[in-house]
This record gives sequence, C-alpha cells and structure tokens, in this order.
Amino acid sequence: MKLHEYQSKQLFSKYGIPIPRGRVAATAQEAKQIAEELGGRVVIKSQVLVGGRGKAGGIRLAKSPAEAESLATQILRMDIKGLPVRKVLVDEAANINKEIYLGITNDRSIRRPIIMASSAGGVDIEEVARVSPEKIIREPIHPLLGLRDYQARDIAVAIDLPREHWKVFGQIARGLWQAYQASDATLAEINPLVITGENTLLAVDGKMVLDDNALFRHPELSEMRDLDVEADSEIEARKYGLSFIKLDGNIGCMVNGAGLAMTSMDIIKLFGGEPANFLDIGGGASAEKVSAALRIILSDPNVRAILFNVFGGITRGDEVARGILAALQDIRTDVPMVIRLVGTNAEEGRRILADANMITAETLAEAAQKAVAVAKGA
Amino acid sequence: MSILINKNTRLLVQGITGNEGLFHTTQMKAYGTNVVAGVTPGKGGEWVLEGKVPVFDSVKFAVEATGANTSIIFVPARFASDAIFEAADAGLELIVCITEGIPVQDMMRVRNYLDQKNVRLVGPNCPGLLTPGESKVGIIPGDIAIPGNVGVVSRSGTLTYGVLYALKLVGMGVSTCVGIGGDPINGTNFIDVLGMFEEDPQTEMVVLIGEIGGSDEERAAEFIADHLTKPVAAFIAGQTAPPGKRMGHAGAIVEGGSGLAADKIRALEAVAVHVAQHPEQIPELLMKRV
Repeated sequence: MKLHEYQSKQLFSKYGIPIPRGRVAATAQEAKQIAEELGGRVVIKSQVLVGGRGKAGGIRLAKSPAEAESLATQILRMDIKGLPVRKVLVDEAANINKEIYLGITNDRSIRRPIIMASSAGGVDIEEVARVSPEKIIREPIHPLLGLRDYQARDIAVAIDLPREHWKVFGQIARGLWQAYQASDATLAEINPLVITGENTLLAVDGKMVLDDNALFRHPELSEMRDLDVEADSEIEARKYGLSFIKLDGNIGCMVNGAGLAMTSMDIIKLFGGEPANFLDIGGGASAEKVSAALRIILSDPNVRAILFNVFGGITRGDEVARGILAALQDIRTDVPMVIRLVGTNAEEGRRILADANMITAETLAEAAQKAVAVAKGA
Repeated sequence: MSILINKNTRLLVQGITGNEGLFHTTQMKAYGTNVVAGVTPGKGGEWVLEGKVPVFDSVKFAVEATGANTSIIFVPARFASDAIFEAADAGLELIVCITEGIPVQDMMRVRNYLDQKNVRLVGPNCPGLLTPGESKVGIIPGDIAIPGNVGVVSRSGTLTYGVLYALKLVGMGVSTCVGIGGDPINGTNFIDVLGMFEEDPQTEMVVLIGEIGGSDEERAAEFIADHLTKPVAAFIAGQTAPPGKRMGHAGAIVEGGSGLAADKIRALEAVAVHVAQHPEQIPELLMKRV
C-alpha cells in the first residue's frame, strides 16, 4: 500500500525528520488560506500516487496566496496518468542549494533492509541508478540490530556531505529507519533531502510503501489507503480476501494459487487468447469466496468465457464446486465456463457440478484451448 | 534415499488444533508420516486424531516428551514468526512453514536469526515436502505423485501439484518434492535444494519451477552450470504478468525491469536447462534428456 507524500512526511516528522511547514488542502480556498498562514512563497503539490507529478505540471510554485488559489484550482482539476487529483499539499517553498537522495528498502537478495543514499538526488535519481549506479551508496542494515550510528556517518562521508551536517543527517537517517521499521514499510524514501539556503537539512519530498501483510498491526495506517489507485473490482476482491488484478483480455480466470493463476494466464496467451484478469482464490477457499470471485469476474463486460482451474490441496474441490453452484443461482449468465478440477476432493466436486452446464477439461492445456475457442465464439 | 524427509522423520505440528492444522495432520498421518506431537498453547494435555496424537503447550515440552525432529507450522500469519523462533529455539533440525502472509520484516528477522543456528527452514507460504511412499510434511495431495527418480523444487504451490500430476500420468515418479514458497524472504532457496538433489543417489533428474520476481532463478542457473551433473527441466510462471502488479505471492512482482520471466528463461536456457512453454510439457522434456 502506497502512502501519499503528505502522509509520508507526517510520519517522517513524527520520527524527528525536519519537513517543510505546510498542510494538505482539498479546495483552492483552503489552499489560499494555508498560503496566507505560511506567508511568502509556497509550493502547490498534487497528491496522487504516481511518479512524474512535476513533469505533468502537478507541482507549481506560487508567489502569493492569490496565485496559490488559482494554481490549486488548476491542479485540483487535473488527472495525472489517469488518477484524479483530489488533494494538494501546500508547503512553504524551500531555498534549495543541493539535493540528496536517502531511502530504505528491502533487499531480498541479501535478506536485509538496505539504506541507499546519493549526492545526486532529485527527480532524475532513477536515471542516476541506471547510468551511474556507483553514485548510489548502499549499506545493508541488520534487521535485529537496526541502523548503527557509524553506518549513517559512513554514508555522510561517502556522499561528500559537509561535516557540519553529519549530526542532523544521522538523526534523519535514524528517523527514517524508525519510520520504516515501525510502520512495516517496504520502502521509505526522502527525495530530495535538501541542503537549504539557510544551510539546514529538510525533507522536501517523501514516499512510503507499506507491507500489506503487516497492516493488521497498523490500523491507523490502513485507514490512509487511497482507493482511487485501485479498480473497483480490486477493492471488492480484497474484502473477500481474494487476490485480483484486472487485465484487458476477455477470458476470466478463477484459479487457486498465485503460481497456477499466472500460469493459467500464460497458457491462455500461448494458445492465442487474452486473460481478463489475474485471480487467486487462495488456500481453503470457501463457497462464499468462490461466489464473490465469480461475481467480480462477471462484472467485467468484456468477459466472453471463464476458465476455472482448481488444483485441490488446502482448497477442497467440493467446496469450490458448491461455491460455483451457489453463485450461479444468484447470477444468471450465458458466459460459457470451462472447468478443470483436480486434487483434494475433486471427484466429489465434479459430481456436484455434473448437472451444471459446464465444459470440463482434464489438463491445463486442454482447458485453456477450450476457453480460447469458446471466447472466440467457436 | 530422498532429501530432507523420510521414514525416520518424527513430526510435530504447530497449530494442530486449528481447522487447517487438523485437516492436514489427518492427511499426513493417513499418508504414513510419523506425526508424534502437536502444539497449541493453552491446549496442552489434550489428544487429537482419536487419541493418537498428544497436544502440548509449547514446542520445548513436545520435543522433550516425544523426540520430534521436524516441525510443520499452520499458525496464523500474525503469530507465525514467533512459532518459527520457538521451533528453532527448541532445537528442531527442520522447520516447514506453510503459513501465507507473514509480514516481510518479520521474515527478515527470522531469517537473520536462523542463519546463526544449525536449523533449516522451508517456506513460508509453501506447500511443504513430499517424499512419495515415505513421508509427507505439508499439504501436497499425496495421491498425485509416485516414488521415483525426479527431484522437484518449486516456488509455487498448486502449480507444482499440476507438474507432479503430469509426471504421474506418464508413469514418472518423484524422489522428493520441495516447495520452497513464494515469499521474497524464505528459509531455503533453489540452490540449497539443487545441491541436495545432486548429492542424493535416488534423484537422477531435476525439475525447477520458478516464477517472476527476484533473481533466485538466475542464481540457480549459475549453480546448475557449476555444480549439477543431473539434467534439469524448468518452467517459469508469469511470462504475461503486467509489471508493477503484485500477483498474489508477495514474491511474484516484477520490479522496475528486474525479475522478468524472459530474463530467467534466458539464464536457464544458457546453461542447457530445457524450459517448458507450459508445465504439462515437463515430463516430455525430461524424457528427451534421459
């Protein structure tokens, strides 16, 4: 789950990281009022969960409250990469002398978090990472010990940070680690961390991504979720504990297990079809879950066929079959369905479905070929 | 011979009184696995499976009383990392964690702690282990595989079942099937298992089932080139997955141009591994190699 800039920076501030004075506004009127309170120049920043906001015109500098109001009016009408701007952050404008990058993420290859820093911070950090990766300093963090003070100092030295800033930089790095750890983040990033004209350090922009699996212990953070970034069907799916991603094809897929679900998509493509979704009903899928999954798939008007691919392990074939029958009682549909049911209690499942009007298949390849054929109207 | 589990496995089930724990303990016992104990804090002294398996309050007590040497974990995600620590501290040699959805920072702490101890973790978020005809420690349906000489290692669950079943349909048997799990941080990786298969006299060929995300398959390819004399066939799931989207498994996500299926396939093919276009082709590829 991604947090907005203003949410990330509020968290940073809680852990002692200096951020610009500012507040979030939902209307241009509010933006004007905040600009008046702050006095002087302000930055109006669209709050949408995509990169490249600045280049899209979603971050603008206002010299007066009146200008803040008119810019906020414009920005609040924008769509950036398909996402509507519903809020703007109004921050006191900083005098920027230098931009630094500082971030923490999980490095799965070494199974530890890693803190990264670069003296070449700012909007082009991804380009820096691609073209001159040596300009990015990386330091692994032991998950049981946390970030050590000497590691923060080493980083400060490596990015040529003037000595006078080391102490505050250490506090900022430690604060970022604490924010990352305490929120179960998978990414906590300050970009840029600015050396201001007043020779102080300031986190001008921030980004956090949280681990969805850990949200159960952070109810206050899960409330921050922005539903605009997800399709309605994906939100609905999450309510039932289904893992669903909408795609552009016309063959709906209902599969148990992520690997098998991806494979079902792959094999549909291999035989010339296009999957309409990724859907993992998970382990131990109940009839209620299966029924919800079917409704979600059928809510997509593009769907011309549905492929059920269930290999029983934790999930029991009879339960899945009962779910399909229950769903078909609620939802009248003439979309053809191909089913392949193998594994735990599959026999019983097949018996339950014997009277339902479904196309059966023995193998995955056969199931995919049949689904592709019926989707094409064959 | 087989790897990791066999007839001598003395299994303890953490979370034995839960729905899934009980269901799969019944299945494992029916398969012939020697299930010696269960653990559910607060239920010590009870018996399950018609009085055949004693339940203890802690792993330590269960190990002392029964001499269990392997644990399987069916504990809910929020308590699962603690269950792994408990099993490791009680001195078990092998811990198999089935639980899905453990927070990744929990797993980093677990893994870094376990690295200092002489214990092997398989999983989490995995289907466990199956040595056909001898022992099942996990949730893989027992009747979809027969004993034989193919070693199977996989990051996936149900996809693996499909491959086992396809092997069985053509009469090919399995030495051991190891589900290493789909999480970004796990206990055992491809390389660990490939090394064990190379050493195992029963295993004559190997199937590797990978998926998008991370670079474990690429590292497995390097290892195969340097250390494996036995033929390997592979399948990589997620060739058509859109980038930046999390495909169910925390591990199955394509991040910023890395972890792509195409790169993994290229790396494996470069070291003479036959990569199947779809999983049901695997038996055919293996037969060609022998």
